[in-house]
Amino acid sequence: MSRKERSMEEVKVIGFWTSPYVYRVTWALKLKGVEYEYQEEDIWNKSDLLLQYNPVHKKVPVFVHGGKTIVESGIILEYIDETWPQNPLVPTDPHARAMARFWIKFVGDKMRNFQGFFFKRAGEEQIKAVKEAQEYLKILEDHGPEEKKFFDGDNIGMTDLSMGWLAFWLEAMEEASGVQVLEANSFPRLHAWIRNFKQVPVIKENHPDHTRLVAYFKRLREMFTKPATT
Amino acid sequence: MTGKDSVILHGMWASPYSTRVELALKVKGISYEYVEEDFKNKTPELLKYNPVHKKIPVLVHNGKPVAESLVILQYIEEVWKDGPQLLPHDPHEKAQVRFWVHFINTKYTEIMTTVITTEGEVQEKALSQVYELMKLLDEGIKTFFPDGNPTFEAKNLGLLDIVGSSVFCAFSAVEELIGVKIIDPEKTPVLFSWITALREQPIVMETITPPEKLVSLILRPWRQGFINPHLSQS
Repeated sequence: MSRKERSMEEVKVIGFWTSPYVYRVTWALKLKGVEYEYQEEDIWNKSDLLLQYNPVHKKVPVFVHGGKTIVESGIILEYIDETWPQNPLVPTDPHARAMARFWIKFVGDKMRNFQGFFFKRAGEEQIKAVKEAQEYLKILEDHGPEEKKFFDGDNIGMTDLSMGWLAFWLEAMEEASGVQVLEANSFPRLHAWIRNFKQVPVIKENHPDHTRLVAYFKRLREMFTKPATT
Repeated sequence: MTGKDSVILHGMWASPYSTRVELALKVKGISYEYVEEDFKNKTPELLKYNPVHKKIPVLVHNGKPVAESLVILQYIEEVWKDGPQLLPHDPHEKAQVRFWVHFINTKYTEIMTTVITTEGEVQEKALSQVYELMKLLDEGIKTFFPDGNPTFEAKNLGLLDIVGSSVFCAFSAVEELIGVKIIDPEKTPVLFSWITALREQPIVMETITPPEKLVSLILRPWRQGFINPHLSQS
């Protein structure tokens, strides 16, 4: 089958509305003008379909194209970029591409450091966790886009999509836990990037509702920070 | 790419992240200069080329650095387009290779740390997770060798073979160290055959960390440090 023929086959995304990993995939598809069917999955009550599609990890997003399944958002994004080359998500220069993938890996690896504060109750441990998150965010801040609007240059790309968590989810987690992590004075570049990112039409029209997300995180926080019962 | 390229790899003899890059360079037939890094005394170049993590491996190609082993492997594949390819042409097959590479690189290595540095009940629990992973991986490998008989006569080593070699070829030495079987030829026959076939490739055994050396100089002292800390020296 030619690439053109393959690119015409049906696309389906299985996701959950709170997942930044799912949004990376749907943002990528919308940026490229690719039609897809979306199926909402309740990750707190996983369907047999999900377990069938992703038996190894049992997670969303699941991407189905022409009947074939792909999982792991990073792998899905690379596949999308190769199959629908319009509006490329990675730079053409191989070294710039390697740098993009380096930062994508960094964000993935450090997610638990960025989010640790959310799972702590107010007090010493939370303060420590906030400091840790800020340490790692500082690295992103220092290497953040200087003259360019986005991590990937003048237009958003895979790196920016992978940083999407900073734009909508971090602020919801901050609000739900009553702490501020990404202070505007300490992180001017990241704040500027967030503003630019949110202005991109595809992003502006597609993101989780802030109020709903905060409520979701508040419930989640209650679950995780419950004192242990004896 | 023409012969005037400068390719330098900063690596460390006992690191599977480093040896996999060397293996890929050899499979692709790329000449390179190797710089052995000492963790206690890192070269200024390493600190310059990987300021964020200060870790190996780092590939420096015509003065430009690339860090993170899987990012390096993808870079090598994309830049040296002629000759042996490490990834299949079909995008879906490519995605399947990447999935299992990621699986080995994250799930397996994480749990093996626990297996090597613990004993008793904690180790047993970790081992049962390892067996689950190995069963899944066995199914995964089957998709690349449908007749269940992995060989490399007709084709060069690919990305999954390279990463697998760097991680699994020392398995029998590790089994000896902890006194427990990790990869069972009966329960995971295709996985076992795949690793056996990899170990028979001269290019693999010449490049990966010598298993006996890995165990005696690195893994055994590391394990001792957790199990009998008062006995270990460091």
